[in-house]
Amino acid sequence: MAALSLTLTPPTPKPPSLPRRISTFFFRRPNLSLILTLLLPLLWLVVFYIGSLSSLLVNSFFRLDGFTGLIVRQFSLQTYRELASPSNVDIFVRTAVMAATVTVTCAILAFPVAYYMARYANYRIKGLLYLGVLLPLWSSYLVRVYTWKIILAQEGIITWFANLLGLHGLLEALLAVPGIGGPSLSFSFLGMFLVFVYIWLPYMILPINAALERVPKSVLEASADLGARPGYTLRKVILPLAFPGVVAGSIFTFSLTLGDYIIPSVIGNSSFFIGQAVFAQQGTAGNIPLAAAMTVVPIVIMFLYLMVARRLGAFEAL
Amino acid sequence: MKPSNPTGRASLGLKIAVGLVLLFLHFPLLIIILYAFTTEEASFRFPPPGLTTRWIGELVNRADFWNALSLSLAVAAVATTLAIVLGTLLAGAIYRGKFFGRDALTLLVILPIALPGIVTGISLRSAISLTDMGFTFWTIVIGHTTFCIVTVYNNVIARLRRTARSQMEASMDLGASTFQTFRYIVLPNIATALLAGGMLAFALSFDEVIVTTFTAGQQQTLPIWILSQLTRPRDRPVTNVAALFVIAATFIPILIAYRLTQKTGE
Repeated sequence: MAALSLTLTPPTPKPPSLPRRISTFFFRRPNLSLILTLLLPLLWLVVFYIGSLSSLLVNSFFRLDGFTGLIVRQFSLQTYRELASPSNVDIFVRTAVMAATVTVTCAILAFPVAYYMARYANYRIKGLLYLGVLLPLWSSYLVRVYTWKIILAQEGIITWFANLLGLHGLLEALLAVPGIGGPSLSFSFLGMFLVFVYIWLPYMILPINAALERVPKSVLEASADLGARPGYTLRKVILPLAFPGVVAGSIFTFSLTLGDYIIPSVIGNSSFFIGQAVFAQQGTAGNIPLAAAMTVVPIVIMFLYLMVARRLGAFEAL
Repeated sequence: MKPSNPTGRASLGLKIAVGLVLLFLHFPLLIIILYAFTTEEASFRFPPPGLTTRWIGELVNRADFWNALSLSLAVAAVATTLAIVLGTLLAGAIYRGKFFGRDALTLLVILPIALPGIVTGISLRSAISLTDMGFTFWTIVIGHTTFCIVTVYNNVIARLRRTARSQMEASMDLGASTFQTFRYIVLPNIATALLAGGMLAFALSFDEVIVTTFTAGQQQTLPIWILSQLTRPRDRPVTNVAALFVIAATFIPILIAYRLTQKTGE
């Protein structure tokens, strides 16, 4: 009996361990622990990202002294005046036209794939198609651009294929078109356009697919029950519902084309795009103020674009 | 639009269109495999006159290739580690609750990949020039980490949203401390998402060229090395092999990440 009464004696409570006390301390102060979790990532983004973006803005109001070649760190609007020179405006227009053309083409090519994935593909095929879209999206950007240098070369596979089909005349006629042609596809706007479409296409397929996946089947059935033919349902029901997805995808295709400088310098001819001009100004010319001011242009364009996209409901489709 | 009860089948035209677009997306990848083995030294002639494995040996003997590769691996490893820590903390904070500036913060995370790469690049370049700090290993890492945070963040927050909050509450109710709950409940739940996000961040960093050209100065990461090779026609065969190597090296983490997220249906 004595032994039993011994076991019944309540044990003296151990003092809580240090981790336990720390844990309790933070559990009682949710705001403090939230601040501590946020502190590091917030500091990183604010210091390195917002900090650099601000230094970009600051730099764009400096100017390069034409005689000494040194950057004058005083407020000046001279750099922005240089921005409005005809040759620079040419660069902006050329880049924006290319970005718009690439975006429209991507939308046209992406829609059938996104539509098929959402409407007809079974679980297995859908998985494979996702992988088929994601793999090019994530694999090496630079190597994929380089591959097109190989494909578009004068002695490359496209010329070989055109000869095989007896279409050599057509290819030469295309290259002879002023403005978009050139000595070979790998030194022409046409070739550059192909590569831009190829590189950014997955960014368009995924948001359109996401928008289409959300269309309820009952809506399509209702349309059919009310007597609409498939083509009419596509135009009047599916396309309008897919449109926010198209806009969401276009944010990527437009923005990425606007700022790219690798593709125009690897594939293109000697006419500059915004990205190349920025790169050349900060590098060989040492004119960081002008490079910074030039970058403000795509930022402003993208800002306006995002405002319109938001109106069109693209943010819900991202 | 669920295919569970198909009312119709895809038309032949649609199937052909899908096939052609997928072919367009993938045949360049086949081309790079073919050209890594061509015997042609000077041009991009198609079809290749013959096949050889000679260029692999030549690439292996290039010291500059190995230097660039080791720099890229080091940068990717450090940037991925930093991105995993920062991205997970951020996802945890955003998941936990509403606070002032939460929406602005989510926008801030995606900004580095939503704005053209050149914006991030030239911004960092301006900051480096303003502070007169010069280009180092760490200037590359800072750039890479900044745009890698979002991939980890996206994967982890998606997983957290799928994890039942009640599990964590149950753990705390049963007397587990915050650390124990993190160790035994949260971590096992988000482990594969962390790994997938980390893999993608690694692939992204390993391959990045646009931001890197602005933050590297004279240093050469592997993509910058390849870019410099493009201006040397005599080195074309070696460049082709390096290109194949990079594609293979980025495929592996992507496929692993894809499998990890597929199992949980993300």
